[in-house]
Amino acid sequence: MMDSVTSMTFIIALYIFMLAAFTGYVVISRVPSILHTPLMSGSNFIHGIVVVGALDALFNATTLTGQIIGFVGVFLGAGNVMGGYVVTDRMLAMFRPSQKQTTEKKGQQ
Amino acid sequence: MFIEYIVGLSGLIAAGLFIYGLKAMSSPVTAVSGIVTAGYGMVFVVGATFLNLFNVSPDARPHLLVNVALAVVALLLGCLWTGWRGRTVQMTAMPQMVAIFNGMGGGSAASLAAVSLLSDHATSGLHLSVTIVGALIGCISFTGSIIAWAKLDGRMRKPVRFGGQRIFNAALFLISLVLGALTVMQYGTPEGVLPGILFFGAALLFGVCMTLPIGGADMPVVISLYNAFTGLAVGLEGYVMGNPALMIAGMVVGSAGTLLTALMAKAMNRSLTNVLFSNFGDTASSAKGPEGEMKSADPSDAATSMRYASSVIIVPGYGLAVAQAQQKLYEFVKMLVADGVDVKFAIHPVAGRMPGHMNVLLAEAGVPYDMIYDMDDINDSFATTDVALIIGANDVVNPEALTDKSSPIYGMPILNAYKSRQVFVIKRGSGTGYSGVQNPLFFQKNCTMVFGDAQAVLSKMVEAVKALGTA
Repeated sequence: MMDSVTSMTFIIALYIFMLAAFTGYVVISRVPSILHTPLMSGSNFIHGIVVVGALDALFNATTLTGQIIGFVGVFLGAGNVMGGYVVTDRMLAMFRPSQKQTTEKKGQQ
Repeated sequence: MFIEYIVGLSGLIAAGLFIYGLKAMSSPVTAVSGIVTAGYGMVFVVGATFLNLFNVSPDARPHLLVNVALAVVALLLGCLWTGWRGRTVQMTAMPQMVAIFNGMGGGSAASLAAVSLLSDHATSGLHLSVTIVGALIGCISFTGSIIAWAKLDGRMRKPVRFGGQRIFNAALFLISLVLGALTVMQYGTPEGVLPGILFFGAALLFGVCMTLPIGGADMPVVISLYNAFTGLAVGLEGYVMGNPALMIAGMVVGSAGTLLTALMAKAMNRSLTNVLFSNFGDTASSAKGPEGEMKSADPSDAATSMRYASSVIIVPGYGLAVAQAQQKLYEFVKMLVADGVDVKFAIHPVAGRMPGHMNVLLAEAGVPYDMIYDMDDINDSFATTDVALIIGANDVVNPEALTDKSSPIYGMPILNAYKSRQVFVIKRGSGTGYSGVQNPLFFQKNCTMVFGDAQAVLSKMVEAVKALGTA
């Protein structure tokens, strides 16, 4: 049986999930399709935060099995973070307006 | 107590920076600052997590040194390997790279669930159930992404299909669920260990089996779906770990990824269920081809008529990227622009191997993004355009999608290149496109084929325009 604190935590978790889901929906719905690939890769980077959970799990590991799985988890999570960041950054750095427009804008300022 | 506050607040700040970063990525002007902002958030929260070392459970204290050493080594290995791969990978290979990085995230979420189950501090059945559901989704994303990578990388060319596959997959999924339920019910007893191990095995196997029958053309949608899956798994494991930053970041990606998946499926005129369960691409090749003959022309003739046209719209497809001809194309375009021709690029939502992939490939070659137009913005302009130049694209300009109800691609929105006064198609040979459907556009009166490798053809075109001199 759940006590009242556990059930309250669970309800708060549902609130967080709901608000986060709306946030993701609203943020993405305004992205132009030319940025969809960097965006998929950018959001891929963001769920790399799982490495934080994996680190915590590894810090608290008490058995050899736990240490091995924790090690794999941190390795995979770190890979997700670094890989996601590098490819997103590389792709986004390539988007630039034409020279003509850039100079015009500079002239206006 | 003090440490918990610092770690908790760092997670809050990171989550805020992630959302701000995602928002900034919604415009090409601020996009680079967006990913950098999100990057700072990540460095910050990972750094702060090390403060938890002062807060580990009493049981884990004797193992602390080993655990920290393992963590540092794993972090370094993971970062170095993917950092190097990410820096060196070709832009054309980007979709499979995103797939593999995404799969790693899913695998990490599943490992996290496994360690949390092992550590024996889980309390309620609810808590355990969330752990198991997150693990299931993470496992599917992990092995599914690996199969997606293998398919996109050309290591697995044919979809694997067999009779009764759907029933087999459904059974496997049910078995995973039952094993998961057994794990929850018998948790903490010696009898609970075996179902736990079998559960992970079945979930990993299901990810493989679910992805095997899906054709290569549908992989972008599948990767996007697995991206959302990983987000969801991370969010659920965040609840298990009592870490709101994981819950928020995971769920934001989960919902954003779901929306992105729906947008992609819509651009291909397929429903998600259709992508996942329809075995598309099997029978398409049996469709009868249109009658008639293709005209073909010399690259220099085609180049000359573009040089004297007043407007040209270029429709690039994946064939352009395969030939690595984007640079050459932009060189040709710059010459046309210098001679006063109005040149635009028209991008179909599924050009390349992922939505937006073609934009990245053109950007890499230096094409400014204000020359590049989306389908909806440019489709009305074709009728008033002198020349449409199609390079390595096929299905996305196939008018059969508009007219022929029996066509497998019927209903897919296309670029109306067939409406231009003159159409040039640069193509390797007279074969069919990814869907295996023949394209009646190529037999149209106003259409001329220029056969050859895109790189070679464009080089000849550049030479031809050079020979004409400037106006």
